[in-house]
Amino acid sequence: MTKNRIIAAALLATTSALAACSSGQQAGSAGNPSGNAVASNCTNTIPKKNLPVVTMWGWYPNTQLVVDNFNKQNGEVQVCWTNVGQGGDEYDKFQTAISAGTGAPDVIMIEMDRIPTFQIQKSLVDIKQYGYDRVKADYSEGAWKDVSVGQAVYGVPVDGGPMAMIYRKDLFEKYDIKPPKTWDEYEQAAQKMKDAGGPHFGDFAANVSALTMALQIQKGASPFAYDPAQPEKVGVKLNDQGSKDVLDYWARLAKKGLVGTEDQFTPEYISGVINGKYATYISAAWAPGYLTGAGVGKGKDTGKFAVAPLPQWDPANPVQVNWGGSAFSVTSQAKNPELAAKVAYGLYADKESLTDGWTNQIIFPLNLKALNSPEFVNLKVAFFDGQQANKEVYVPAANAYKGMTYSPFGQYYFDALTKQVSALIEGSVTGAQAADRLQEDVVKYAKEQGFTVQ
Amino acid sequence: MSSTQEKTHKIRGKVRLREHLMGWLFVGPFGIVFLALLIAPLGYALYLSLFQKKLIGGTSFVFLDNYVKAFTDPSFLSGSWFVIRFSLVSIPLQIIVALAMALILDAVTSLFTRFARLMIFLPYAIPTVIGAVMWGFLYSKSFGPLADVFDWFGATPPDFLSTNLIFYGLVNVVTWQWAGYYMIILYAALQGIDPALYEAARMDGAGKWQIALRIKIPLITPALVLILVFSLIGTLQFFNEPQILRSLAAGTIGPDFTPNMYAYQQAFALANFNYGSAISFALGGIVFVGVYAFLFFTRKRRSFL
Repeated sequence: MTKNRIIAAALLATTSALAACSSGQQAGSAGNPSGNAVASNCTNTIPKKNLPVVTMWGWYPNTQLVVDNFNKQNGEVQVCWTNVGQGGDEYDKFQTAISAGTGAPDVIMIEMDRIPTFQIQKSLVDIKQYGYDRVKADYSEGAWKDVSVGQAVYGVPVDGGPMAMIYRKDLFEKYDIKPPKTWDEYEQAAQKMKDAGGPHFGDFAANVSALTMALQIQKGASPFAYDPAQPEKVGVKLNDQGSKDVLDYWARLAKKGLVGTEDQFTPEYISGVINGKYATYISAAWAPGYLTGAGVGKGKDTGKFAVAPLPQWDPANPVQVNWGGSAFSVTSQAKNPELAAKVAYGLYADKESLTDGWTNQIIFPLNLKALNSPEFVNLKVAFFDGQQANKEVYVPAANAYKGMTYSPFGQYYFDALTKQVSALIEGSVTGAQAADRLQEDVVKYAKEQGFTVQ
Repeated sequence: MSSTQEKTHKIRGKVRLREHLMGWLFVGPFGIVFLALLIAPLGYALYLSLFQKKLIGGTSFVFLDNYVKAFTDPSFLSGSWFVIRFSLVSIPLQIIVALAMALILDAVTSLFTRFARLMIFLPYAIPTVIGAVMWGFLYSKSFGPLADVFDWFGATPPDFLSTNLIFYGLVNVVTWQWAGYYMIILYAALQGIDPALYEAARMDGAGKWQIALRIKIPLITPALVLILVFSLIGTLQFFNEPQILRSLAAGTIGPDFTPNMYAYQQAFALANFNYGSAISFALGGIVFVGVYAFLFFTRKRRSFL
């Protein structure tokens, strides 16, 4: 049953990704000066056909509902939504549209770590003048910082990714293991589980660079220094001791067979998470929504998962980190930036959409109206068998998150990190070597791109 | 007399003009599409490849610098080396499989052969993208049939998406995909051979093996050369299968796995259309040299055996 369900889900994802390619191109080729012509390319149907239309790309699992809510409630503008793919797929298409000078949507969902990448190409619009003051109080200062470059605001924060350790209650009970509080305990618990003939304790994958980066930052790494006031200068520090230690830690666990080394987000990995092939899943607050979307934790699998805070290096000085988190930005190709900004500010801001997002644990809201509401904080999360995951784990983690500086060449950095982690997993380099090579590689690229590297 | 001659001359001229016009009319649509969709983009890409656009500092004319960079770029060189190695292993394998199938189908005539021909050809009818997705699942350690077979013997199934085995995993996908197509070409060539030759050979005492080796294969050599060139061009530009399998094994298949993928990454993920174009042209150069060398060496001998 589960097997078929995953295959079906994966095939669906693949075909919809392919379908998305073509619909994305259609949306792009429609020059659309009148506003309403693109309506036929939308995934959603637009109820109020006489209003101007703003095009939008996004991939939140419940975007359909959010867009419908917005269109129903708004009497000024309507949203035409297309899903052109998740993460990298969408960025590739946006990147192409930027280079072509045409084809981008008016509003785009992007992860915060990509904002400097697109901002430096002048492909995002500063939306401060279009109603920032009205919604300023709805988000924390940290949330605004992540979508700002200097004084300019390049996106409306939507969701965050405070990290935690999701684990299998049944496996922890079976092997008599308590949720580890430190990474040392994590390793010991993993060893204990392996010695007792148990499954892998976790997974160290090459294809989740943002996760690896977050774990390095937890150990004190500070990969990039970048001040948009001086865009030609960038600081790159990818081979500090903390970064090396984290790579060596995971490589050691993988070498001992304590954790798997499978790529994440693949059907193979998801089925592993379902079938108890992994006792823990180090991930962010959006993970439960992602897993339930793939069919995990429903039916007979209900109630097997629980969540604990992310293990720490130094329990006396805990550090909370973030994986993912995204915003709605207005692109510089928007025909009417003011109208587009209204959409960016208004999407995912009404109560119904927000509530749907957090009750299904699809997004971890950054809107304070939701974040501070008792219903959200005290929510008994169905995926975690009624555990008050927000109160116990995610809200404290989000509150303690300090924010970080992203580089203006995010895609290159993530690809380069994937390459090194892959070599590390294979065993052809040590963690220290991998970090040194990464540093060399990224510095070389930054120089080629005209930056002065510090 | 003279006026008649003049007339015929005029008429002939008109006819010739009309023939010319008709000719152009027939070639026209193709010509326009050819110019607009192949020559113009190629020219534009060549133009782009002479520039460099930096995130800081904008675009500048660099002439051949991008090509110099490509031929000293480890990513491009290792990708090129991979597709060359891949060609050396996968092309002979595809041809051997296709040739064996074609010879068997040609020698045996029964109801089964038509069905077999269709079945062997079928993989080619499946789009490469779908084929790659399908193989991704077949290779899967949790869903795949391989996993079940190995499970019966209590062994761990090989991971064809791992760094060590991806080469063979891809060889298998490509052979599965293309052998049937080549088989049809070779089979058609075999059907074109005059049966009288077989009769003569049999009268001279040749067996089935000898007929196959000494008559059939030499006579279909032009078809063999043709499919070798096709497969060489295709394999050096290897893109679809690894690009699709990348979503299942990003750690194994990097963005610079093959030169074509590298060009794609440079252009569409990193917005470096200039370098992407240069890589494409550099790859085009490698393909040209490879095909030229192959044709040069097969030119004199009309047979492989």
